[in-house]
Amino acid sequence: MSGGLARSMAPPAPLLPGRRLALLRGWGVRLGWSLLSVGLFALLWEFLWLIGWADQKLLPPPHIFLGNVAEQARNFNTAQRWQIGNGGSGPTPWEAVGITILSSTARVFAGLLLAGAASILVGVGIRYSRWAERLVLPTVTLLAPVSPIAWLPVAIFLFGIGNGPAVFMVFIALFFTMTISTIAQIDAVDRNFINVARTMGATKRQIYTRVVIPAILPGLLVVLRLNLFGAWMVVLVAEATGVGYGLGQVIMLARNTFNPSLVFFTIALIGLLGFGFDWLLRQLQARLLYWIPETKVIAGV
Amino acid sequence: MSDPAILCQGLGKTWNAGTARAHEALRNIDLAVRPGEFVVLLGPSGCGKSSLLYLIAGLEQHNAGTLRAFGEAVTGPSPDRSLIFQQTSLFPWLTVWQNVTFGLSLRGDGAAQRRAVAREALSRVGLADAMDKRPDELSGGMRQRVAVARALAMRPRVLLMDEPFAALDVQTRAKMQDFLLDVWHSSGASVLFVTHGIDEAVALADRIVVFTARPGRIKAIVPVDLPRPRDMFSRAAEALRQQLSGLLRDEVDRAFAEQEALASA
Repeated sequence: MSGGLARSMAPPAPLLPGRRLALLRGWGVRLGWSLLSVGLFALLWEFLWLIGWADQKLLPPPHIFLGNVAEQARNFNTAQRWQIGNGGSGPTPWEAVGITILSSTARVFAGLLLAGAASILVGVGIRYSRWAERLVLPTVTLLAPVSPIAWLPVAIFLFGIGNGPAVFMVFIALFFTMTISTIAQIDAVDRNFINVARTMGATKRQIYTRVVIPAILPGLLVVLRLNLFGAWMVVLVAEATGVGYGLGQVIMLARNTFNPSLVFFTIALIGLLGFGFDWLLRQLQARLLYWIPETKVIAGV
Repeated sequence: MSDPAILCQGLGKTWNAGTARAHEALRNIDLAVRPGEFVVLLGPSGCGKSSLLYLIAGLEQHNAGTLRAFGEAVTGPSPDRSLIFQQTSLFPWLTVWQNVTFGLSLRGDGAAQRRAVAREALSRVGLADAMDKRPDELSGGMRQRVAVARALAMRPRVLLMDEPFAALDVQTRAKMQDFLLDVWHSSGASVLFVTHGIDEAVALADRIVVFTARPGRIKAIVPVDLPRPRDMFSRAAEALRQQLSGLLRDEVDRAFAEQEALASA
């Protein structure tokens, strides 16, 4: 059944009413299980609260931290807090939530995009030219294992406060590992593909543009997806350590004001955002890489 | 008189030559393939017959002897010599017709012209309807036919085939052999076909080149003068099969003995 689904996901295939129904049912079933899973987790938490094991002041259960959303939203006004002389005329609490989410998301997205583009460029360059390999690869390999947290001071030295340091942190966290996996992907390209192109008279440049790059794209998108969660982690750390405003800043504020409800509320937001992002990338994968069966896309192969 | 399509004289190939992992794959190969001739290279696994094909394709460099195609030294790959691989190597991100004309697109030919070439090449392999399909929508046999069409689209004078039907089931393989003979007749190209199947060699070849175990040398060249279409159950075909299996058995025994000696050393 999932094979049939995969086929009907492909853009050119027109959906018959019956198949559309089956597709919707598939979605419904998956959504149902997801809700059940989250629901059971919440229920367990509520139960622990009920029997007094979960201290309401430290681990407020979902009905408390989700119970007063309007109150929570007011704390998101940190979006304006750092702008001096703009007091009173800031955004409404709801606008503040929106701004905070958008700015964190935009940083993740910008960092991901920059790191993805740069690592494809550098990775392909390293395999394309022996000189590039000799000059660049050792440095990349040396810097790859360094934790991105170590770059945090550098980010602040270079970019001060605002979007710059957060984007830089995401970029640094992803660039080196993604460059190395680009190289690994290139090395794993089927030799037959390259030999076919060679027997047909392809130049080295054509082998790269017409064979190697399309062949490594699926693997690269998977790498991008896997690094998405890393990007979120780094962006929160960058924001929390005073790099600017954003979801990380809200969590820091919650810590400083001892507000566990706000922490869990923000965690719930971040979880939903990460899930949504992953879903979007999966859609992108299915559209862009129509030649990979969807089952493989989901399994991350 | 015209030059042979392929001429090997004292041809040799050693992998990783000059290192500790040096491994002699081919030694002293003398072989001339006439234009339009169907030659089958037959031998046990690992005897270097595929290596010979890669040398002729120009994908690898030989390190002894000379190698000429239509009188010219082989220094690299050429669209004149198309190689068809054991695994289908169609690009999954291209449609069937784009795969077939990949080589033409490298030269910068326009899409309309390429579609026309693709239609013609695909109709020669009986797949004109599959133009706009994607490779993953085709069966294994159909994909191998597309690979043949892709080779034909370059109008090669030599078709090099590396166990192209090995991954197919027996019935499909028999059909593909008939189909290949038709294509060969109509294209006029020489074919060098690598296999380890005696039946396949008897069904296809004008001449069968039997290889020794490593290093690969030519043990015997057996002409096949059975009339086409061939009756694989005729007395002559049976005799030929027995002759070939006798030639091969020695080599397989020798390869086994060698491996055992290596294992016990």
